[in-house]
Amino acid sequence: MSEATVSLRLRRVMLWSGIAVLCTWVLVPIYLIALGAFGGRSGVFRWPKNLLPWDSGLAAMQTFLAVEGVWAAAFNGAFVACLTMLFSLLLGAPAGYALARYRFAGQDAFRMLVILTRAFPLAILALPLTVTFIRTGLYDTPVGVALVHTALALPFTALVSSSLFMGIPRELEEAAWVFGCTGFQAFRRIVLPLALPGLAAAAIFAFVISWNEVFAASVLTVRNKTLTAYLLTVLAESPLHFRFAGGFLLILPSIIFIFAVRKYLFAMWGIANR
Amino acid sequence: MAGITIDRIEKKFGAVTALQQLSLKVEDGEFIALLGPSGCGKTTLLRIIAGLESQTSGRVLIGERDVSALPPRQRGLAMVFQNYAVFPHMTVYENVAFGLRMKGASDAEVKKQVERAAGLLHIEPYLERYPAKLSGGQRQRVAVARALAVEPAVLLMDEPLSNLDALLRLEMRSELKAVLASSGTTTVYVTHDQTEAMGLADRIAVMHKGVIEQIDRPQALYERPATRFVGGFVGSPPMNFIDLPVADGTARLGGFSSPVPLRNGTVTAGIRAEDIDVAEDGGLPFDVGVCEPLGATLLLTGRIDGQLARVSVRPDSRVRPGDRLGLTPNAGRIVWIDPADGKAMGAAA
Ligand SMILES: Nc1ncnc2c1ncn2[C@@H]1O[C@H](COP(=O)(O)OP(=O)(O)OP(=O)(O)O)[C@@H](O)[C@H]1O
Ligand SMILES: [Mg+2]
Repeated sequence: MSEATVSLRLRRVMLWSGIAVLCTWVLVPIYLIALGAFGGRSGVFRWPKNLLPWDSGLAAMQTFLAVEGVWAAAFNGAFVACLTMLFSLLLGAPAGYALARYRFAGQDAFRMLVILTRAFPLAILALPLTVTFIRTGLYDTPVGVALVHTALALPFTALVSSSLFMGIPRELEEAAWVFGCTGFQAFRRIVLPLALPGLAAAAIFAFVISWNEVFAASVLTVRNKTLTAYLLTVLAESPLHFRFAGGFLLILPSIIFIFAVRKYLFAMWGIANR
Repeated sequence: MAGITIDRIEKKFGAVTALQQLSLKVEDGEFIALLGPSGCGKTTLLRIIAGLESQTSGRVLIGERDVSALPPRQRGLAMVFQNYAVFPHMTVYENVAFGLRMKGASDAEVKKQVERAAGLLHIEPYLERYPAKLSGGQRQRVAVARALAVEPAVLLMDEPLSNLDALLRLEMRSELKAVLASSGTTTVYVTHDQTEAMGLADRIAVMHKGVIEQIDRPQALYERPATRFVGGFVGSPPMNFIDLPVADGTARLGGFSSPVPLRNGTVTAGIRAEDIDVAEDGGLPFDVGVCEPLGATLLLTGRIDGQLARVSVRPDSRVRPGDRLGLTPNAGRIVWIDPADGKAMGAAA
């Protein structure tokens, strides 16, 4: 065997072991949570663990889903997340477009400010926010929570969409203008279709940020809790297999998100390379 | 009626002046080539005509209309971009149809025009493909087809054939010329390939550092360059420039002498490589350095009195590196240039 083939083989071994380590890193915890969620009371406490889902059943999950308020909270959480997605896209995408296409005074400062919104811990903002929300009637409403979540997600949507728009050559828009488009028509016919996959990814990202956020959602609501906030209050007093079921339910959207976004991320690269 | 008048256009990018008070008049239906080295402002001028770049000062008129302040879509023109700007999310068909659709043409009309333009540029086999699956040259042809499909009154093209192989380029060149001439389209064509400009254009505007050095018919430009830059840029090989001492209105070097429009000092003689008779001796003494057989001619590179010169001779000439020859330039075709400012002097007095 020549040296080249040996090193090639070595490289391949290293590649695959790297992949294996990463997969284990991500998948094993998820698998264990799933086992806990479906294994019922006995499954959770058994040691050594039964690593194969022999005695699993939907029983634990079903009891969990039958608990008072879970469905309402899940619906609430999804509603808040959708609002967050909408708000952060409507605000973030135009900001990103402006950052990408126009030179204006204070552009870099604006960029910094967008990121700086994340520099203030929510814990500090919580009290003034609560007071303001009670005054304005936003307290304990999905819209109120969505607004706070939008503030959290906005830096991502603005910056992601700005680099997205930067990846779309200006000449494409200019060609559209020359061939009879107004500025808005060129945006709708050329820029938007090209940016759509990336914007979708940014939107789903905003969704997941909102879905997973627990602090603001807990502080700013009493009855209209999101699923995350609800589980935090309920699960503290619940048996272990309930907590696993709740945890699994929380992970689920993220997993779906990753699979949904996967091919869009590749589509984005396709445009950038052209 | 769609001539273009460019009236003292100036363009500054911050401290850089890309165009200096440039004026140009393109007649209706005329084909003008903008020829110049990289970075001389050709694309900038084209973008100002199209309305994609705003001028610092000056006016642009298309037909009799002042379009200086109008957005691109209201200027009634089409453009081929230097980097194609083909829409990646549309099929070739939809790309070519884009301008027509924006005008609200009927499907039948769109189909007819797309097929005509596609046929002209030999892209029929790719009509259903997406641009990502085309080569650079194919994409470039899509960009040209997209511009031709709208049958514009004014067509702006920024190096539209630069990415094609030599054979295809030659073919496209002649087809383009025929189509644009028959449709009477006013065309501004940017290129830095001087054979392309010579072959296509009614008139060539040679640009250098943001100004038009000379604008004239290709042959006139070739024979009587107005400046040393034009002579050196147009034609291959470039014009020879030989400095000669002048005494009493006569330039003299070796066995060569000629009356010049100057009493005393130095003059530069601009001489084309093919406008020279070669003999064993007499005339300008020429030391041959390199011989390149080019097929139709034999190109000799060497020195006259230490100055670089190139001479075309018959391909069967028996010349070898190291030979010394005597050159007699064709007197009527010498361009006398003032070495101080690089401008041609009036016809020999
Ligand atoms: N957006 C810009 N900002 C600053 N300078 C610019 C800009 N666009 C062009 N320039 C400058 O203006 C000058 C002319 O550029 P232009 O693109 O018109 O050249 P060109 O003749 O088309 O060259 P090429 O043959 O390489 O395409 C160059 O010196 C260039 O650096
Ligand atoms: Mg250019």
